Amino acid sequence: MKYTVREEGGYTVLELTGEVDLSCSPEARKQILLCLDEKRNLLVDMSRVNYIDSSGVASLVEGFQTAKKRNLKFGLVGVSGSAMSVLQLARLDKVFPIHLNVQERLKADG
Amino acid sequence: MKAEKLLEVRFPAKPERLCLVRSLVRSASTHSGCSGALCDKLVIAVNEACMNVIQHAYKGDESGEMVLEILNNGSELLFRLKDHAAPIDLNSVKPRDLDEIRPGGLGVHFIREIMDECRMGHLEKGAGNYLEMTKRID
Repeated sequence: MKYTVREEGGYTVLELTGEVDLSCSPEARKQILLCLDEKRNLLVDMSRVNYIDSSGVASLVEGFQTAKKRNLKFGLVGVSGSAMSVLQLARLDKVFPIHLNVQERLKADG
Repeated sequence: MKAEKLLEVRFPAKPERLCLVRSLVRSASTHSGCSGALCDKLVIAVNEACMNVIQHAYKGDESGEMVLEILNNGSELLFRLKDHAAPIDLNSVKPRDLDEIRPGGLGVHFIREIMDECRMGHLEKGAGNYLEMTKRID
């Protein structure tokens, strides 16, 4: 897994690339929590994630809950088909705010 | 029909080896005529089973090993995963309530949702644990 961080429309966008599995989900979790520790609204761009396991999903859930506790915005954008099928299995596709891309999320925010 | 063994692989209980296991599961599933969507699901289930061994049976001890066998009896694929960790409490392995939104505990749910049958138990003389997962492919 690789990641990049950028700023866009008042959000920090953490873009994950590759396979988010047990070997790297601790790093994904660390980056997610780091952004939230700095009180930044966070979008996780998953358009380049071609595999995610339950440990990667757990990192997203922790980010979602941490953001909620801190009154920060959190969401997923560009979720790839393979990642979406895992979120659906976990029945989290209706829990996370999910948008096609950052622009769609900004539109939804108004 | 007698089950044909497609592969048997022994690998260390290390998270870094899971990508190789996923490749083998995908290859064996494709070779057995599974659709792309089914291959994806089988990869998810077997990966989660291996993760459970790494995290809960060996508790992160990377010196541990596990063995994965994949068999095809013509209508079903059988995935048999064995480890040599201390016998686990079989009653502790159960899916959790998905209405409770919290990190962790999804692996067993994924496996049960994807596979048709799952059986788990202890190897003889406390030599470890096994998990057998079956999926119809016809």
